[in-house]
Amino acid sequence: MGVDAIVVDELRKHYGDVEALAGVGFRVQSGEVFGLLGPNGAGKSTTVKVLATLTKPDSGRAEIAGRDVLHEPDAVRRAIGYVPQSSGVDRDATGRENLMLQGRIQGVVGQALHARVDELLELLGLSDAADRVVRGYSGGMKRRLDVGLGLVHRPQVLFLDEPTTGLDPEARASMWGELERLAEGEALTILLTTHYMEEADQLADRLAIVSRGRVVVEGSPEDLKRSLRGESVEVELADGRAADAASVVAALEGVHEASADGRKLRSRVASGARAIPSILSALDAEGIGVEAVTTHRPSLDDVYLHYTGREFTAEDEAGSQQGSARGRR
Amino acid sequence: MTLAVRHTWFMVGRQLRNLMREPIWIALLLVQPMVWLLLYGQLFKRVTNLPGGGFGTTSYITFLAPAIVIMNAFFGATWSGMAMISDLDRDVLPRFLATPVSRISLVVSQIVRSALIAVIQGVIILLVALALGVRVDTGLLGWVVILAAAALMNSAFAGLSQGIALLVRKEATMIAIANFIGLPLFFLSSTLISIRQVPHWMQIAAKFNPVNWGVIAAREVVLPGTDWGSVAFHLALLLGLSVATAAFATWTFQAYQRTI
Repeated sequence: MGVDAIVVDELRKHYGDVEALAGVGFRVQSGEVFGLLGPNGAGKSTTVKVLATLTKPDSGRAEIAGRDVLHEPDAVRRAIGYVPQSSGVDRDATGRENLMLQGRIQGVVGQALHARVDELLELLGLSDAADRVVRGYSGGMKRRLDVGLGLVHRPQVLFLDEPTTGLDPEARASMWGELERLAEGEALTILLTTHYMEEADQLADRLAIVSRGRVVVEGSPEDLKRSLRGESVEVELADGRAADAASVVAALEGVHEASADGRKLRSRVASGARAIPSILSALDAEGIGVEAVTTHRPSLDDVYLHYTGREFTAEDEAGSQQGSARGRR
Repeated sequence: MTLAVRHTWFMVGRQLRNLMREPIWIALLLVQPMVWLLLYGQLFKRVTNLPGGGFGTTSYITFLAPAIVIMNAFFGATWSGMAMISDLDRDVLPRFLATPVSRISLVVSQIVRSALIAVIQGVIILLVALALGVRVDTGLLGWVVILAAAALMNSAFAGLSQGIALLVRKEATMIAIANFIGLPLFFLSSTLISIRQVPHWMQIAAKFNPVNWGVIAAREVVLPGTDWGSVAFHLALLLGLSVATAAFATWTFQAYQRTI
């Protein structure tokens, strides 16, 4: 234990004029589940592509299981399993055929391969569908097969790039269950990228929040939550004047920060019980209607907003709420 | 090297398994050559009586059949890049690239698969021709030569098609380019008519047309008085072209890898 399975040091990469990685760096210990959390376009997938030897960085260094990704790519490829963001399964083949081919090109052969494929199909709940063509699989089944393809050669390190994006909530929850069991059963180091806070909270032992190609903050979900003082107060507004509300509330005493998020006002305060009356009267004085107020201990959501908040809109091309709120103004 | 061969074998296996799941495709792909062989062959069967001749036989279908095998192999090749585009679109390639798979096998397997299908279809076309009374003058060896010519014809242009697919990465562009290359080369060959019957400039152009190289090699072994030197020469030309286009496809694959 205590050995670094993944070492990432000052990675930089440009795509044309776009700076995808601006010196990203972190370390993951052997056996750890490490999350890279950040908005779309923050550089999570590019980082994983560099680590999976698919693309080369402009500068910087990365090692997987002690092997340099630039100088020993084939050794790295044998040590890793890569589950890409968009499913790479062959849809015209069966689940079993997909797994068998993946195993063969990873050098697993004969009886060992058959046994491993059966084991994975069982583990991922795909035994009944094993000999059906993947085209007929549900989104969740296809994603589980993707994970199986990454595991067939018993890698030391597994990369999961947005493993549950595009799945419905039920399939996502069951995927989380599968991943938790895998992390325990297969003695794996897992690097997970996600833009779902809950996912990082539930699965990751430690995580790094990535924004604009660099790591903004790193720590266990608990540590990160604790790093935010006080409590969160969320106010649901009756109309769309969230930005006005944010500037009014930010000026109040006992309020650390306030930001607009669609029709919601999010603020961090020293004490909820003391802040709520003054927030409500301030909003009332401005004629801003309120529909609901909730208060809670800081969640990873708040950590995320705290560290990436201002940049969120700029980076998140798919970001709907803030974008549309801005459009209406 | 042995690893590259093993991996190519795995990848060809994958593609053929998928194809065999819908064998109807092999049959559908044969509709066009059968139309040429059966309808066109009947429609123009008196063409061998033209003054000036040069057909080497009075049976037009005997003249036509080996050329249709080549034509089918050629047109099949111009489309073979579509499978690469499909793999690109579905992100199958990035998944393979994160494994120690031989890079060259990912390209070469597409060409081998394409050529194998051309050979299978060639056998079917020849069997139909046999039923129609076509006799291959050099017998079994002739069959082997025709199928080898079909395989080389196909791989020469499959390499080109794979390379173009990796450069354009769009189906619509690929279709346009396939048509742009396919029809002119087809009509500038002696596939349908004796080279002696076409204008002088076309005769010159045909000398440099790879499709015509394949047609000459395949037709030589069917008609009496086979010129083996010509057969060997034209097969060698096709082999050279196949190596060149495979190298081109491998180069474009490296260019694609740099864009990930």
